[in-house]
Amino acid sequence: MALKKKVGLIEGLRYKGAGPMLAWILHRLSGLGMIVFVSLHVLSSFLTQQWGSDLAITMNIIYESLYFQLFIYFCVIFHAVNGLRIIALDIWPKFLRYQRESTWLEWFIIIPIYGLTVFIMIRRSLIG
Amino acid sequence: MQMRKVVKPGWNLEYVMWMFTRLSGLAITLLAVISVAAAFMMGARTQMDMGTLMRWTFFPNSNHVLDSEVPDVTVNWANGFWQIMQVLVIFFGVTHGFNGLRVVIEDYTKPGLWQLFWRAVVFLLWMFMTLVAVYVVFTY
Repeated sequence: MALKKKVGLIEGLRYKGAGPMLAWILHRLSGLGMIVFVSLHVLSSFLTQQWGSDLAITMNIIYESLYFQLFIYFCVIFHAVNGLRIIALDIWPKFLRYQRESTWLEWFIIIPIYGLTVFIMIRRSLIG
Repeated sequence: MQMRKVVKPGWNLEYVMWMFTRLSGLAITLLAVISVAAAFMMGARTQMDMGTLMRWTFFPNSNHVLDSEVPDVTVNWANGFWQIMQVLVIFFGVTHGFNGLRVVIEDYTKPGLWQLFWRAVVFLLWMFMTLVAVYVVFTY
C-alpha cells in the first residue's frame, strides 16, 4: 500500500501502523495545535500592548479556558517527548528496530506527567 | 498523499530544515529547563503559581495572559536575561512550527504553482509572527 500514490481515508485507517503511526499522526496534530496556540498568544499580547483591544480579551478567554489548557498541555507534552524520541532514533538508527517499543516507553513517560497535571488542574478548577 | 523524495545531505533547504528541526527542538527543551530554573532562582517559588510559571517560561510577558498574577514584573523581572530568552524561544519556536506547517502542507500538495503559493503563505506568516513577537518583546 505504501507504493500507491492515492490512498483514501478508509484505506488509510485500515493501515495497521499501530503505535508508531499513532505517534506520527499525533505529532502532526499536536504541532498544528501549538501553531494555533502560539499565534493566538502573540497576536493577543500585541493587541493588548498596542491598543488594549477587546479582541485580545476574547482570545484570552478562549485560550485560558480549562479545555483549551488541557488540550494544549497534551500537545506540548506529547510533541516534546515524541520529538525527543525521534531525535534519539535519528542519532542512533540502530534502535529503529525497536521503534514500536520506543512508543510504549514514550507513553510510560507521558501518561504519569499528563495525568498528574490534569488531576491538579481539574481539582483546582473545582475548588475555584 | 505525495511520496516524498529522499533527502540528500548537503546545503539544500530540506536537509538544512531537517537538521534545524532536530536542533531547535532540543534547544527549546533546554531553554524551557533553563527558564524554569532561572525563574525559581529569581523567586518564582513563592511568587508564582504553576500556570503562571509555565506561561512565563515560554513567553515571559505578563500581557499575554490576563489572569496570570506576576507581581512586580516591571521591577524584578523585566531585564535583559528574559528578553534574550524570549527572543531565542520565539525564533526557534516560530521557525520550527512554521517549517513543520510547510512540511505538512507539502505532503498534501503536488509540486507546482499551488504548492509555491502555500509556501509563500507560510513564509509570510512566519515573517509576520516573528516580527510581531519580537516587537512585543522590545516594547513591553
